[in-house]
Amino acid sequence: MKDKIIHFLEVTGFNWFIPLVKLATGDSPSRQLQELARMVGIPLLALVIFLGLWHVGAAKVVTSLGQVPGPVQVYEQATILVDEHYQEREKEVKFHQRQEVRNAAKLAKNPDAEIKVRSYTGKETYFDQILTSLWTVFIGFLIASLIAVPVGVISGLSNTLYSALNPLIQIFKPISPLAWLPIVTMVVSAVYVSTDPMFSKSFVTSAITVTLCSLWPTLINTAVGVSSIDKDLINVGRVLRLNYVTTVFKIVIPSSIPMIFTGLRISLGIGWMVLIAAEMLAQNPGLGKFVWDEFQNGSSSSLGRIMVAVITIGILGFMLDRIMLTMQKFFSYDKNAVIR
Amino acid sequence: MEKYLNIDHVSIDFPTPNGPFRALDDVSLKIDKGEFVSIIGHSGCGKSTVMNIVGGLYQATQGGVILEGKEVNEPGPDRAIVFQNHSLFPWLTAYENVELAVKSIFKGKKSAAEMKEWINHNIELVHMSHAKDKLPAELSGGMKQRIGIARALAMEPKVLLMDEPFGALDALTRAHLQDSLMEIQADLNNTVIMITHDVDEAVLLSDKIVMMTNGPAATIGEVLEVDLPRPRQRLELSDDPQYNHFRSEVIHFLHERHARKVA
Repeated sequence: MKDKIIHFLEVTGFNWFIPLVKLATGDSPSRQLQELARMVGIPLLALVIFLGLWHVGAAKVVTSLGQVPGPVQVYEQATILVDEHYQEREKEVKFHQRQEVRNAAKLAKNPDAEIKVRSYTGKETYFDQILTSLWTVFIGFLIASLIAVPVGVISGLSNTLYSALNPLIQIFKPISPLAWLPIVTMVVSAVYVSTDPMFSKSFVTSAITVTLCSLWPTLINTAVGVSSIDKDLINVGRVLRLNYVTTVFKIVIPSSIPMIFTGLRISLGIGWMVLIAAEMLAQNPGLGKFVWDEFQNGSSSSLGRIMVAVITIGILGFMLDRIMLTMQKFFSYDKNAVIR
Repeated sequence: MEKYLNIDHVSIDFPTPNGPFRALDDVSLKIDKGEFVSIIGHSGCGKSTVMNIVGGLYQATQGGVILEGKEVNEPGPDRAIVFQNHSLFPWLTAYENVELAVKSIFKGKKSAAEMKEWINHNIELVHMSHAKDKLPAELSGGMKQRIGIARALAMEPKVLLMDEPFGALDALTRAHLQDSLMEIQADLNNTVIMITHDVDEAVLLSDKIVMMTNGPAATIGEVLEVDLPRPRQRLELSDDPQYNHFRSEVIHFLHERHARKVA
């Protein structure tokens, strides 16, 4: 049981908890305390020093929006954002109650009366915006992966295709999302025409921009992984006379899984960074738009709210990376490999 | 009578920027069914190239290989290969590695239960039943090579090709595996071609030792028939004058008549 918990923590990357688990089961307490101090104490100390420096430094800078907020003000803004969320939800519930009462009254007076059911159109709360961002990056990343992995596998297997694609990849890879965005916006406006759109245009634009920027690391890593397969493993496949499809699924993809996941991890990281920029310009109602709106708003609390967003973006990016890391460890056949 | 395996005047050129490089020149060898043949020579003499041509991984530039009256021109399970570095799929357990081979060869010919039995039988043959559910990374070098041999045997090959199968192992493990291989060979009477650079290994295991000259344009120098009675015991043979005679024959060939010119 204890070993299982420790293994789970290792795979998910929560190494800090391991000494705690060992401590709880009474496994050489003094050693575990030392370990705990090393793994938790040092990072915690660094965090405290960072907050201190921030607090002192921020007080010294005064902008046109007032003093740069320190940790305390940012924390206040965070609680306000949480409160606003609950207030907004309460409003929504009340709106629906009022509507039901009104409609019920109408029907009581005249059973044939036409009643209208409207959905609530209040503003998005901070949490809605976080979900929008996560959903957008997920879709963009998913499209990118669905393109990059197969193309990477095929081009890794064929030298001809690889030399054909390589120059294109090298040219498209360093392009900034901000350069793509105007083009994507115009193309989406022209092509994605529908009277009852399933997704808003700003969502489609942002997601496609994420796709365009997060395609390349997965593509390159997959191709490299596939082309560096041990020749003998391919020869085993030839001796067994496996056909192309079987070779790809039984030999090529399993042996390049570690490289594919390395690429996917880098891609998701890039996608998350790109998304914030894309949302600012495309006005997709996520964290990017939140930052932009607060900047335009320019109230005394704006800088604090932007910093809440900055920290949120950082923590979510970290969590996304952890999820990918866990998947990478889970799918990797070499359990002893050090993956950071 | 036509021999079981006939390597007939095989030459191979590899293209290089300075024109074709002749690696093998006019190699001819006839092998009987059930014979154990070692090919020995200095590194770079093209031993592995001979094996790769028989295995169908390379195409001979001239000449060809005929197995049971049919020309060999592509790889196939009738010529199973045991690679030097075991070449097990690292993401599959020992059992699954053998299973992959068995399933792809006997699909439609054996029932699921028969396949399972056949896989277990071959793993048992190399004494690996206790570790069949382990990943290759959890096995020692010798154990990995045992599974490599089990996978090759499970293909029911007409010829078993072994490319320095024990080259990467320590001396003791190598001796164990040689003994296992002799047992299996005695049981199944496989036709085996083994590449080696170990003189003792060649004399102990083989019916015939093929000694190759140095490259470029390497070819067969001499063929030594080892008619020591089987089963052979490592211990008894170490003092056997006959055994030592064969041994010294090979050593004289390698280190006197065809000594490698050291630059």
